[in-house]
Amino acid sequence: MTMRYAMLVIGAALLASVPFLAPPYFMHIIIQILLWGFIYTAWSIMGRFGLVSLGHGAFLGVGAYVPALLWNYYTVTPWLGIPASVVLAVLLSVVIGYPCVRLRVVGHYFALVTLALSQVVMLSIVAARDVTGGSLGLTINNVGRSWYAFQFPGKTHFYAIAVVLWLVGLAVWHLVDRGVGREALDALSEDEEAAASIGISVMREKLRVTMISAALTALGGGLYAQYMMYINPETLSGIAVSLQVVFGAIVGGMYTLLGPTVGSLLTISLNEGLRVGFGTSFIGAANTIYGILLILCIIFMPRGVVGALQRLGRRKPPRAVAPAQ
Amino acid sequence: MDIYLLEAVINGILLGGVIALLALGLNLIFGVIDVVWIAYADLVMAGMYVLYGLYAQEHWPLALACLAAIASVALMGVLVHLLIIAPILGTAPINQLLATGGLLFFLQSFATLLFGTDFRNIGVRLPSFEVADMSISSARLLAFAVALVGAGGLWLFLRRTFIGTAIRAIAQDRAIVGLMGIDQRHVYLVTSAIGGALAGLAACLLSLQYDVHPFIGNTFGPLLFMTCVLGGLGDMIGGVVAAFVLSLIIAIGGYYWSTELSYVFAFTLFIVLMFIRPRGILVR
Repeated sequence: MTMRYAMLVIGAALLASVPFLAPPYFMHIIIQILLWGFIYTAWSIMGRFGLVSLGHGAFLGVGAYVPALLWNYYTVTPWLGIPASVVLAVLLSVVIGYPCVRLRVVGHYFALVTLALSQVVMLSIVAARDVTGGSLGLTINNVGRSWYAFQFPGKTHFYAIAVVLWLVGLAVWHLVDRGVGREALDALSEDEEAAASIGISVMREKLRVTMISAALTALGGGLYAQYMMYINPETLSGIAVSLQVVFGAIVGGMYTLLGPTVGSLLTISLNEGLRVGFGTSFIGAANTIYGILLILCIIFMPRGVVGALQRLGRRKPPRAVAPAQ
Repeated sequence: MDIYLLEAVINGILLGGVIALLALGLNLIFGVIDVVWIAYADLVMAGMYVLYGLYAQEHWPLALACLAAIASVALMGVLVHLLIIAPILGTAPINQLLATGGLLFFLQSFATLLFGTDFRNIGVRLPSFEVADMSISSARLLAFAVALVGAGGLWLFLRRTFIGTAIRAIAQDRAIVGLMGIDQRHVYLVTSAIGGALAGLAACLLSLQYDVHPFIGNTFGPLLFMTCVLGGLGDMIGGVVAAFVLSLIIAIGGYYWSTELSYVFAFTLFIVLMFIRPRGILVR
């Protein structure tokens, strides 16, 4: 207990000292790690139930584009735009999630349905190019430093926002973990009939985690857009980013609280490290290594880096990314 | 009927041939090994680069370069199975899907590393010809014909050879074929090689019509999975029907609205059909 407490204090001190110590470039990297860590955590809230979604690009896209469009065209403050996009993402997740849960669309069928959803959102954004700028992306109208517009040119504000957001993500993950109970969770993802027989409402629990995950993902997308001030359908929706989210969570380990964050830390620092190390002459080098690592990770460390480290300590039997149906 | 609409329909049908060929390859792997190769479209991309490298850069004869491209993608198929799928064959199917997702990242970035992000064309220009005021591209016609011949060849192979029969048997009942003296691992390797070869053939056909770039797989990959699933697992005729339905939707939609919107419509249709006909459009 004292050990945990000491680690918490050290962690908090480190997080608080970052804005005073880190140069802007590192601040930028840390903010990215926290924002994506939050999004990966949001994904793993449903991913660990065996609901492997390849559709989180859809929620990110809705989360990023709705507030940006409302601001650019109607100067609606992101304080309203972001909640609106979260509501929209939750509706979308219900429209897709309810029939999936109801009709038992699971495993790779679920993955493909959600993949289709992310394509629908991405292609709709591209198709509405008169409004959204299409593949060229959209720059959020800049008004300088403003709380109303949720725009802060320096890094400090967004660092604080990202830390709070990340902590909220961890808290929600923890609550979901506690709310259903670890045994119930495992039962649910391993054997639906068995879970139902011990009194777990499979449908309700699945739909609940889907909605929570979609809401947090849209929130993450919205804040990421406010931070970057530029959004693009390729980087915020569609197949590439959907897979990036899945892999970030899996590499870190989706069955543990900090796993997705570690995944974000590893993937983003690897990417940046290789980019700085190789320079632009080796475009693709980072993702080449990333791809190989992913394959190896899924084959040899299905529970991710954090899961593997924990197992070294505890020696539990290995378990797959998602249990067999 | 409007002549331009007719032209769009014909182009849709011609595109459907290549999509059908790829859907057959994916369906074969899906049906036999029970794996979704999410990087299947990127194997096609790799094949297009092999063809580009050998024909446009090394100046091999076109036919030889095509054969080499088909053979190397078939080899890639075998390697995908041996290195990625086989070690995790016993785990949940979704793991295999995700592992090939890693392959997708690898192939796309490796291609970027080798060739950059430029659009490249093998530089073979086949003439178009006019039929009743419609311009028909002979590259597309050729692709359609070869795709049909390829699909027919696959059908004959699956019907007439022992290994083909074994492949069909395994798709029907995985547990029993071992008792018939069929080596499952052998069947899986042959299936992966055929799946790869079909992707290689499609790569040659697509190279006649499109420029290759590292992310070309993202443009038609998702469509392929939809086609394959819509057709129904292991249902080859269903797969061909689904390929033509989807490519017609895209061609006609592209004529009336825009290409993106017609894709949006096709993907939405896919989601809806998954809910009302989860086992394929032809299954009652």
